[in-house]
Amino acid sequence: MNEAGYRRERLDRGIKVRTDDIFALSSYREILYLTLPRLAAIAALLVFPLLKGVTGIYWQNVVLTACTIALLALSWDLLHSVGLVSLGQAIFFGAGAYATGFFSQHFGWPPLVTIPLATAVGAIFCTVLLYPVLRLRGIYFALITFAMPLLLTRVIEATKILGGNVGMSGLPPLSDTPLDLYLIITVMLICVFGFRRLFDTDYGLVLKAIRENDRSVMAAGFDLQWYRTQAVFIAAIPGAFAGAFLTHYYQFAGLPAFSIEYSILPLASAIVGGPGSFSGVALGAFMLVPLSEALRSFGNLRVVIYSIVVVVFIVILPEGVFNYLQRKYYQIERLVPMEEGGNGQRANIAGS
Amino acid sequence: MDSGPILRAVDLCKDFGGIRAVDRVSFELQKGETLGIIGPNGSGKSTLINLITGFVKPSGGRIFYQGRDITGIAPHKAVMLGMARSFQMPRPFYNMPAYKNLVIPLFSPRTRRLKGGRYGDRDEVAIHLLEDMGFERDSNVPYQPAGVLPHGYVKRLELARCLALEPDLVILDELFSGMSMSEVAGVLPLIERIADEGKTLIMVEHRLRELFRVVDRVIVLNFGRKIAEGAPDVVMANPEVKESYLGSEVEFSA
Ligand SMILES: Nc1ncnc2c1ncn2[C@@H]1O[C@H](COP(=O)(O)OP(=O)(O)OP(=O)(O)O)[C@@H](O)[C@H]1O
Ligand SMILES: [Mg+2]
Repeated sequence: MNEAGYRRERLDRGIKVRTDDIFALSSYREILYLTLPRLAAIAALLVFPLLKGVTGIYWQNVVLTACTIALLALSWDLLHSVGLVSLGQAIFFGAGAYATGFFSQHFGWPPLVTIPLATAVGAIFCTVLLYPVLRLRGIYFALITFAMPLLLTRVIEATKILGGNVGMSGLPPLSDTPLDLYLIITVMLICVFGFRRLFDTDYGLVLKAIRENDRSVMAAGFDLQWYRTQAVFIAAIPGAFAGAFLTHYYQFAGLPAFSIEYSILPLASAIVGGPGSFSGVALGAFMLVPLSEALRSFGNLRVVIYSIVVVVFIVILPEGVFNYLQRKYYQIERLVPMEEGGNGQRANIAGS
Repeated sequence: MDSGPILRAVDLCKDFGGIRAVDRVSFELQKGETLGIIGPNGSGKSTLINLITGFVKPSGGRIFYQGRDITGIAPHKAVMLGMARSFQMPRPFYNMPAYKNLVIPLFSPRTRRLKGGRYGDRDEVAIHLLEDMGFERDSNVPYQPAGVLPHGYVKRLELARCLALEPDLVILDELFSGMSMSEVAGVLPLIERIADEGKTLIMVEHRLRELFRVVDRVIVLNFGRKIAEGAPDVVMANPEVKESYLGSEVEFSA
């Protein structure tokens, strides 16, 4: 293609609309353009459970797992937004899992009671557990969260509480597919859009500000410790829910709930998808979980290939896949002829 | 309301390791008064501000605010009581538009009670406040990310951040540093207005000429100790003060 005499021009589409709080929509086409990606994503998620005949139960399970990892990644992203980097998302997952296991085994309550209850109890437990270390920041907080699932595992092993090494099995199942799949998809969508909305409010602004400059937030009269505590509680909710949900899905709660997988996968999803917008980390989970499943046929090489793919994504798109796609979606790229008169005009002015 | 001093410091001390940054400093401040704190670099001015506003816990001494002992108070509680401070090195929320920087103090527990609660209202108040501080409303400056603002605007934003808290006591740590003559000339009337409105004001400054236009009284620190206190011209005639400033770049002509 002859590019001589042309230059590449990039335009931002709908700039006004994306500027915070200035909802100056110019046309319905623009509204459609803006909402299309999210409507498409929601529609795809809602239709998928109906396609069991086409996809097979296996891929239904993969999507269900992707949703749980997405919930843990959302939780990670929220903590990250207030400047707390967590390497131990498994704490939230495990707390929810063990709480629901305990309630169903000891009291025989049905999952529809124990899951919400375990979500609340698990979130409170994690908040209390993390409260003393909220003052720590950066690598110190990260290291402690990394150690906590290991610590809780050892505590359960040593004290033999909550089933000890064996765990609690034979827990009641939630219900049949596709209802359980719908439940977790709905919760995930509520979290994505709910968190996005939350961070658009003034309260969310304060949370974001803590990461940027906590000193100025203090000087504005906010109790940092209290706000960080609230953030941890909010972040613990999707994490504990994911744990409680999957526990009833597998009808088992045990030490694997604290496994490092539930810390690393959400983290990788968040980094690959792109932190900061919640949608990005969910997208990351929906890329990495199916990828990890698709690679099963590679046997021992699976982890190697998986790691290479993750590293390649991080190197090529450090901003995250979502942020990259979003930027490109709003950009129109086109070749425009260079103005021949440009130079001539300047010459004319100089000459006059 | 009691008629005692709004702020009283008694024998304030602060040690950093072996260094005594503030050494038995006492002073009183009446409501509506304007006080300057001056002294050479490293003399403990910022540390004194940090002690008053709770950012640093004193090693000794007491602080009273409106008659109440607030020694070692948490910074956010000091704000609740009506103190607002600026920082010597302002670090705005770089990724937020300038006006959104103000929404945070406007959302603070102190101001939330006073201002409209509906979402969006605070944005309007913030834009007004920035306009007051000399951000041109019709330009796009208030909407730009704070990270790209010129230094003069960052300082104005820092001042606006304090005023958004509707404070009774405003404490400004070297607001003028790094500003050009014309930028200072632009901000000085704003400060004079704060003083005229009856707010109590403490200013730490190296720019003495501008400072003395605003303040009634100064205290001079050197090596953490208070070496002089009084009206600006009286204090500057003090031989010890002259000596402490000897060799520093500060020039003074009244
Ligand atoms: N957090 C800290 N840790 C250790 N030493 C400190 C700390 N803060 C201040 N100091 C020391 O305390 C002394 C007083 O510092 P301070 O910042 O209060 O001086 P200042 O009068 O504000 O100086 P400047 O005019 O340069 O702003 C200095 O010797 C400084 O090195
Ligand atoms: Mg200082």
